[in-house]
Amino acid sequence: MESLVAAKNICKIYPDTQALDNLSLTLKRGEILGLLGPNGAGKTTAIHIFLGLLTPTSGEVSVFGLSPLKYRHAISQRLNFSSAYAQLPSNLKVMENLAIFSKLYDVKNHKNKIDALLKLFEITYLKNRLTGALSAGEKTRLNLCKCLLNDPELLLLDEPTASLDPEMADTVRKILKNIQKERAIGILYTSHNMPEVEEICDRILFINEGKTIAEGTPKEVLRDFESKTLEQVFIRIVRSGDLISGKAQ
Amino acid sequence: MTQTLGRIGAMFLRYLYLHKRSLPRTFEIILWPVMELLVWGYVSMYLRSLSQNSLLNVTSSLINAMIFWDILYRSQQGVSISFVEDIWTQNILNLLISPLKIWEWIAAAILYGIVKILIIVTILSLIVASLFHLNWISNLSFYLLPLSFNLLLFGWALGIFTAALMIRWGHAAEALIWGIPFLIQPLAAVFYPLSVLPPWLQPVSKALSATYVFEGMRSVIHTGRMDAAFFFIPLSLNAAYLVLASFFFQWMYEKSRLTGRLGRLGMD
Repeated sequence: MESLVAAKNICKIYPDTQALDNLSLTLKRGEILGLLGPNGAGKTTAIHIFLGLLTPTSGEVSVFGLSPLKYRHAISQRLNFSSAYAQLPSNLKVMENLAIFSKLYDVKNHKNKIDALLKLFEITYLKNRLTGALSAGEKTRLNLCKCLLNDPELLLLDEPTASLDPEMADTVRKILKNIQKERAIGILYTSHNMPEVEEICDRILFINEGKTIAEGTPKEVLRDFESKTLEQVFIRIVRSGDLISGKAQ
Repeated sequence: MTQTLGRIGAMFLRYLYLHKRSLPRTFEIILWPVMELLVWGYVSMYLRSLSQNSLLNVTSSLINAMIFWDILYRSQQGVSISFVEDIWTQNILNLLISPLKIWEWIAAAILYGIVKILIIVTILSLIVASLFHLNWISNLSFYLLPLSFNLLLFGWALGIFTAALMIRWGHAAEALIWGIPFLIQPLAAVFYPLSVLPPWLQPVSKALSATYVFEGMRSVIHTGRMDAAFFFIPLSLNAAYLVLASFFFQWMYEKSRLTGRLGRLGMD
């Protein structure tokens, strides 16, 4: 199956720290890959490299077979991204924000598209409300609407359910899973909610201090670490660090 | 009482810490008052040197200069504020990962800036005409457009330059967006002729395209005509500034992409 994201031995070294240390990964079409690790593990650094926002110190990266640094424009039309750190302007209405991004992504029939997405995420009632007046959960759902405006082939989601209540988080996971199946899109998913990761991800990649610690399907990783839950694996990785990497890999 | 002093001390420290890590903030304390003093000091020197008859022309040139200054200031702000606005609202990442090209972003900001300038200039002209009985547009006649055009170009070049500083240093460079035009003001001979400046400062002033525009404006007001050099020299300088500012922006963008600042814009 076609690789949407391919990273080989990427390193990112800052003057005072090494954020990524020979990270390699591939994300195939129709797959949800969970990129997991503690805070500061290098997840956001990796995502920023795939988005062309950050230059790696070394290594090779391609998105849709193209370098994100050289072909950002061509790539950006085919992907989208959501993060807690990226908000839509609070001083614009929900509809205005989505209309602007529809134009940026050249979405045809954007009014129908926006209506359909607002309905999908159950926020039609917010259409004419100021974005700044939305709750954290509503903003998250709005960001996801923005993310799906251009029918992306690749979604980079940085903790997309972080501020949602359990019921809405479940709804969002189901929506994402459906979209992934229907359109065979690839999703790179970061989350600290391990049960969620077990439920939604086809494969996972654990990183710590920029290094790959474990990789495989959730079942494979659980087997390798002789653990019952990914939460246990997460805690062991964070507490034992590199000691485990030798054994697990 | 001790607790109150402790809390005041804590907040004082909070403001002080900002200066520790931000050179622009520290600049702010000294630089802007000095620049303001220079502007009004040179204006006073200029007025002292004039005879009673020429004072009449000076009053109208001061008002014209003020409106022209606003055109320059607004065109610079139009470009740079559009970047800041999206950093403030944490929308910048959404834009940077969208198909929007940087030049398209700047073009939209310029267009928005032009609309704002047209509104502001119309309102200022009406106020000047009704309150001060001065028709500054007819005073400058057909020289108005070429002079304004050069101010717009210079403002856009400055706007791109200041936006580049924001892209590279984020919020830390915010003070420069508001301050850089005022750094230029005393050197650009806005309210007084170039000859008022000390000889050692005049070459610096001549390197600024705005200086020729303000000199040209005064020439039109005093003599009713303007030498073509007052249009073509700033035009050439502006072309160079726009090219340099674009390269500078690209350089800062790449630098920001290397240091990781680009992805963190709006987060800190």
